[in-house]
Amino acid sequence: MTTPDYRLTQLQTLEAESIHVLREVAAECERPVLLFSGGKDSIVMLELARKAFAPARIPFPVMHVDTGLNFPEVLELRDKRVAELGVELVVASVADAIAAGTVQEEPNGSRNRIQTPVLLDAVEEHGFTALFGGARRDEDKARAKERVFSFRDDFGQWDPKNQRPELWDLYNGRIHQGESIRVFPLSNWTELDIWGYIAQEEIAIPPLYLARERDVVDRQGMLYAVNEFITPREGEQVLRESVRYRTVGDANLTAAVRSTAANVEEIIAEIAVTRLTERGATRGDDKVSEAAMEDRKKEGYF
Amino acid sequence: MSVPSPAAPVDVHSAAAEAAAEIAHARKDILRIATAGSVDDGKSTLIGRLLYDSKAVFEDQYEAIERASRGDFVDLALLTDGLRAEREQGITIDVAYRYFSTPRRTFILADTPGHVQYTRNMVTGASTADLAIVLVDARKGMLEQSRRHAFLASLLRVPHLVVAVNKMDLVDWSEDVYESIRDEFTAFATKLEVPDLTVVPISALQGDNVVTRSVNMPWYEGASLLHHLEHVHVASDRNLVDTRFPVQYVIRPQTDAHHDYRGYAGRVAGGVLRPGDEVQVLPSGLTTTIAAIDGPDGPVAEAFPPMSVTVRLADDLDVSRGDLICRPHNAPHVTQDVDALVCWMSDQPLRPRQRLAVKHTTRSVRAVVKELQYRLDVNTLHRQTDADGGLELGLNDIGRVRLRTTQPLFVDDYHRNRVTGRFILVDEATNATVGAGMLTPAG
Repeated sequence: MTTPDYRLTQLQTLEAESIHVLREVAAECERPVLLFSGGKDSIVMLELARKAFAPARIPFPVMHVDTGLNFPEVLELRDKRVAELGVELVVASVADAIAAGTVQEEPNGSRNRIQTPVLLDAVEEHGFTALFGGARRDEDKARAKERVFSFRDDFGQWDPKNQRPELWDLYNGRIHQGESIRVFPLSNWTELDIWGYIAQEEIAIPPLYLARERDVVDRQGMLYAVNEFITPREGEQVLRESVRYRTVGDANLTAAVRSTAANVEEIIAEIAVTRLTERGATRGDDKVSEAAMEDRKKEGYF
Repeated sequence: MSVPSPAAPVDVHSAAAEAAAEIAHARKDILRIATAGSVDDGKSTLIGRLLYDSKAVFEDQYEAIERASRGDFVDLALLTDGLRAEREQGITIDVAYRYFSTPRRTFILADTPGHVQYTRNMVTGASTADLAIVLVDARKGMLEQSRRHAFLASLLRVPHLVVAVNKMDLVDWSEDVYESIRDEFTAFATKLEVPDLTVVPISALQGDNVVTRSVNMPWYEGASLLHHLEHVHVASDRNLVDTRFPVQYVIRPQTDAHHDYRGYAGRVAGGVLRPGDEVQVLPSGLTTTIAAIDGPDGPVAEAFPPMSVTVRLADDLDVSRGDLICRPHNAPHVTQDVDALVCWMSDQPLRPRQRLAVKHTTRSVRAVVKELQYRLDVNTLHRQTDADGGLELGLNDIGRVRLRTTQPLFVDDYHRNRVTGRFILVDEATNATVGAGMLTPAG
């Protein structure tokens, strides 16, 4: 990778920046943890963490907030990666929290909102002081405003109007007891960068991202693949369509998009010309209002 | 209510898809831009225009702002103001980051607030920029705010400055108006250290000279704004001469396979490191040679800014986070006395004898403010000295400060190396970041 003009490509630049962030947290924060959802962003983040500390092991655990509504492919990949990397896995279970009565199931079946208290409880229980998340600033207007090191008060809340200044790459991870820092090493990556990196590094992803023929139902313009959590309602017609997932969230709420992109190169071609942002296209939970993400982030959501 | 029908699949083998994929795969570098100006200057409209015309705006984003627009036209400014309070008040409070790319380059754009009370957020956005765009309303000419933004960009040594004279449509595309603003700005810029200044007449609303050259201003012979952004030369903005490698993290696997591995991880802050180089480690002053450099994918032949690498040394020295690796006859200044221009970011004023935490590269120390030499009036560049005592720096003030640190720092002047010449100040009681410092030679 010697370059006579000492220039890095866009992906090399982003990789160097993310590795710097990962190492800075490991050096300065007392008890970091990496949030792993099994989605493409957290898979890339985990790979960057591997590179940041190689040949040593990743010096912090990985946490999965398990909503109990997982695509099985995602859990498989999670367990495989955790075993390969020899990293500690912490599972915070929403189902357990519902059973224990600490949170209540929402009427619409979404566990998106109730996973926040489960996350915050797990953070407190394990004493985590810094949480790596795979969020990117190009995803959403509220995320576009967030710092790389994002301070959270002792209720896990974000105060968007009063963020710490963040100068250069001199990150301030200082906190008091009970407070925490959310850290976003992928802040400056775009969706295309993520896919370009997955292609370049040949990173394994759940097959959900790749198009194939699946049984789907059409609900208000969104296509939901029939699975353990989605069964056709009365009057709904099951269609056989070539679809793939652009994001991987809860299996009962994440819609698929019509696609013929059966490999990563084809996904890049598809995204490069596509005209819908990923969250808007497939996440029912973000459609609520213009400021839906801002509101959830203030409460402590990732 | 009409229900949208799910989109038809994209033909991934179409000519358009293949062309788009080729652009996505092109070997490009990144240009970091900061825009400064208020909503009234049309800053958000300009950014909306750049995003929209470079096809970085997606259908659902466009529909969302179409719904939220109040006037007769789609308000592209709404693309960038992301917080509810910002939309309600029609102002920008904090930096928003935007991403777009062309076949030549990828752009990370920090859209920063113009109002004086949010200066610290502007400084946040501009601190990482290669290029700053200051917007000026052609009808109003240079305002106090334009001066402040240009000054802050020069203070932070953003290497390239673009003044976009906006709303040219509202002054009948007048060459005289443009020239008078350009001349006034150029005269002001000579008082600052602006290495590269470009002035472009535009209409963000109508798109003139934003992406393509304007037909309304044939007298303007320069490039469009986007063309300038695509071609401005930034490779030489880094310091590739003075080797500086602050040690960030020590990697010791302590496994059977890597029993003796001891690597110093960090980001190259200056110069080019190669295996075999003789190096010195600060603060110990001991010398050794570089045995190997590991990049993200294994050993590399050289490392340069801004690469994140792991350096292995030939000798087993005591090296830890906060130490610095350099060349034996080209070391940074080792000092406990720091002279710097400080941009103050707290409601509680900075005063002499105050104690603060300092973070400089990977080194954290404590410091006391020995002296506040002067406060700088950002508009007149006048220096207010501490003649009567009682001088202090309030929120968003800039002043020259002398600090005494508890431990030595390894520093260069900010104009020589932006990485080793900068630091932040942290309030040890609140843990808030309260200041940004740039080392400057006395004078």
